[in-house]
Parts: sequence; structure tokens; C-alpha cells
Amino acid sequence: MRIKEHPILGPLVKKTVVKIEVDGRLIDAFEGEPIAAALMAVGKSIFRYTKKKGEPRGVFCAIGQCTDCMMTVDGVPNVRTCITPVKAGMKIKTQKQTGELRTAGQ
Amino acid sequence: MRQVDLAIVGAGPAGLSAAIEAAKAGVKVVLFDENQKAGGQLFKQIHKFFGSKAHQAGVRGIDIGNNLLEEVEKSGAEVMLDAVVWAIYKTDTLCVTHNGKNTMFKAKKILLATGATENVLAFPGWTLAGVMGAGAIQTMINVHRVLPGKKVLMIGSGNVGLIVSYQLMQAGAEVKAIVEALPTIGGYAVHASKIVRCGVPILTSTTIKQAIGKEKVQKAVLINLDKNFKQIAGTEQQLDVDVICLAIGLSPLSELAWMAGCEFADVPQLGGFLPVHNENMETTVPGIYVAGDLAGIEEASTAIEEGRLAGIAIAESLAFLTAGEAKEKKHLIIDRAEQLRDGPFGLSRRQAKEQLIQRSLK
Repeated sequence: MRIKEHPILGPLVKKTVVKIEVDGRLIDAFEGEPIAAALMAVGKSIFRYTKKKGEPRGVFCAIGQCTDCMMTVDGVPNVRTCITPVKAGMKIKTQKQTGELRTAGQ
Repeated sequence: MRQVDLAIVGAGPAGLSAAIEAAKAGVKVVLFDENQKAGGQLFKQIHKFFGSKAHQAGVRGIDIGNNLLEEVEKSGAEVMLDAVVWAIYKTDTLCVTHNGKNTMFKAKKILLATGATENVLAFPGWTLAGVMGAGAIQTMINVHRVLPGKKVLMIGSGNVGLIVSYQLMQAGAEVKAIVEALPTIGGYAVHASKIVRCGVPILTSTTIKQAIGKEKVQKAVLINLDKNFKQIAGTEQQLDVDVICLAIGLSPLSELAWMAGCEFADVPQLGGFLPVHNENMETTVPGIYVAGDLAGIEEASTAIEEGRLAGIAIAESLAFLTAGEAKEKKHLIIDRAEQLRDGPFGLSRRQAKEQLIQRSLK
């Protein structure tokens, strides 16, 4: 959920809105904000499932230290979405295990 | 490999302040930060700071951050963002990944101002989505303007727990309760009173027993603790929450200092294992300095003072300041830092710091 009004910070400053694709669904995001913020704004809370037990993980530290929020972004697995800025047209996938390596030609 | 006089790791309040003081004296400074913006955690601090006027009391952290960025720009220090320092070799060489490319820097002096990392608390269900660090929540609500949930349980009643609870309310969330394992509230009464006036219960001698939810947090189970911190069976209560926020302290982020071979000491009053340093903030490895949370978990105001102190001491050691000039500048800062370590909360930190400095002299 976006915080549109804030008693200290004032109204939300309008930024450039772009479309990104999350698990095949198109959503609006602000260009340059962390991917994790854009996903949280539309209510997504599960970002990946762990390797051994397949347990769900979401955002934990939000400063790039804990790696809980890793997802597959434009085919690259294990991207820390809390510190990776949004670019128009990004394709983001909820990651299963440690992701898949791209094979030659892909 | 580039050569500089002073390389600083971390552009938070300590690193920025050191860069400003050293660069003003004529030192060639490069300042690294792994983030896209300098300022460390200051831009998440939307509340007014404490202390006296000399410590910018009444000014919001976010404004202090903007002032430091302006000053560092004027000082001539070079700030490199998106720059991860991942190794320190032979006590004078740093390996840096900047914008995805690896480079090396050789520096006459190195200041580590890497800050701190949040402590975690493990309980059944703590890995569920919705369990987050207090810093994470501050980042999301105050910097990115996104609310991670609507009903929050706060774990920990230190100043961070109290302030973040208030900030969550400002952002539009409901704080259901704050729990504290100790029998008394950890933070300043002024913050706690504000929370209580808003109708949020602060439950002391209480902890979280379990987080319940399918994939993400839906409920929290609280339980009372006896005076030996043992859970008292039968005192469980359930709260409907979608976020559980952990605010149970910070630990110095010390990897580079370990790698450099600095001597460490365990100082619980200052957050645990940290590099032994002298009154100039120099560690047991000559030429390597520390400041800010890495030199002991305290407040941003203290980090600013320690950063300045290190910057001046380094400028002096490189002969950009005379001993007399440096002494005068350092004296003012040490006075201000001591004022920050006053009162029941500050005194134990001051004593711990003095012991640490004594130890460095041995």
C-alpha cells in the first residue's frame, strides 16, 4: 500500500510511472524505486521459496544484507530486489529454490 | 590502482563527517558507499533529534542528512556510490566493486565507518513473510513510502522500537502492542509516553512465543516471562497482526576490521565485539581508523562527532593540520561527545568507551 499522505513528509511526490511484469501480471511501479517497494505496494509478500524446504520468504532487512527478497529478474536469478531499481519493462519472477542458470542461446 | 590520502568505507553520518573535516584540511579523500545515495540511515530518521543545540537537537535526521550531503559536496571529498568494499589487504589496499566493475585503491589512511546490522530473534514462525527488521520497516515507510502491513506487533521497547512504532502510526498503520522481555521499558520516557498516549499497550516481561500464518504472518502468540526470562505456561494471548517488527538492537558491522587484523574487545554496553581504538579513533593496526556504530552502537549524533574526530586526527597524522590546530578542534568535539554520553543511558556507554581507550594504550 502506498503512503499517499504523511504528516511529516507531506503528499507523495509524483514520479515517472512505468509498467513491470511480475509472474506474468503487469503492474505500475515508480521508475528507480527498489523492485521490492513496487511489489509491496501492490500487496505482494512472498518473493521466493527456499531451496531445501521450499519455505516462503519475503522482505526482511530491506538494505541488501539478508538475501531473503531475492527473485529472478530478466532471467537473472538471486537478484536482491530491495536494492535493485525498477526499470520499465522488467520481467520479475517469484524464485523457486536458487533459480535456474540460463543456457546458451537464451 | 588509484592512490589517495584517505579512503573511507561507509557514507553514513560518521563517514560523511570524517570526509568533511579531512577534506576541509586539504586531505585527498575518497568515500565509498554501497548504496545509491549517501547518508546511511539518516534519511529514514524523520523524527527530531535529541541532545543540546550543539547536537542539532530539534532537527530531523533527514535534514541533518541533507546538510551533511551539502557540506561534503563543498568539501571536495570524492563520493563513490554503488561501491562495495569487499576486501582490505596489507592494511592499505581496498578492493572495490564500483558500478559492477572491480577496482583497487591504495590509501595512506583508511577509516572504516561501516555502521551496524540489525539483531534478529528466532522463534517458531520467524521466517514467515511479514516478520521484518525495524530498519527495513523504516526504509519502506519513510524512504519508499510503502506500508508493509496494517496491523503491527513491535518486539522491543528500546528507542528504535518506540520511534518506529510512532512512525508506523504516522504512516497509517495500527500498532497493536509493543512487547519487551525486560521488566521495564528500554527507551526514553518521552518516546514511550507518546506511544502510550496513542493507546498502544507496552507489555513488559512479555515476549513472542510464535508467529502463525500460512506463508505470511496472520497471528502472533504472546507469552509472559518470569524474572529469569522463562516463559510462563498458560499466559499466552493471541493478536491478529500482519507484520511483526523486530527492534532488538544492533551489532557493529565489523568484517573489514576483522580482515585488517584489528584487535577486538567484547563491550556489551556498546553492542558487542568491536575494534579496540584510541582517543583518535585509530585501531590497533596503525593507519586504520573506525568511527560510528562500528566503534560502538550509539546515536547518529555521536557518530557525527566521532567521524569528525577521526577526520581531524587523520588530517593531523598526514601533516595537514599542526598539533596545535588539531588539539583545539579535537577538544571541542570531545566535549560535545561527552555531553551525549550523559544521564543514566549515556553513562555506561561513556565508561565503556573510556575502558576501551585505556585498553588501546596497553
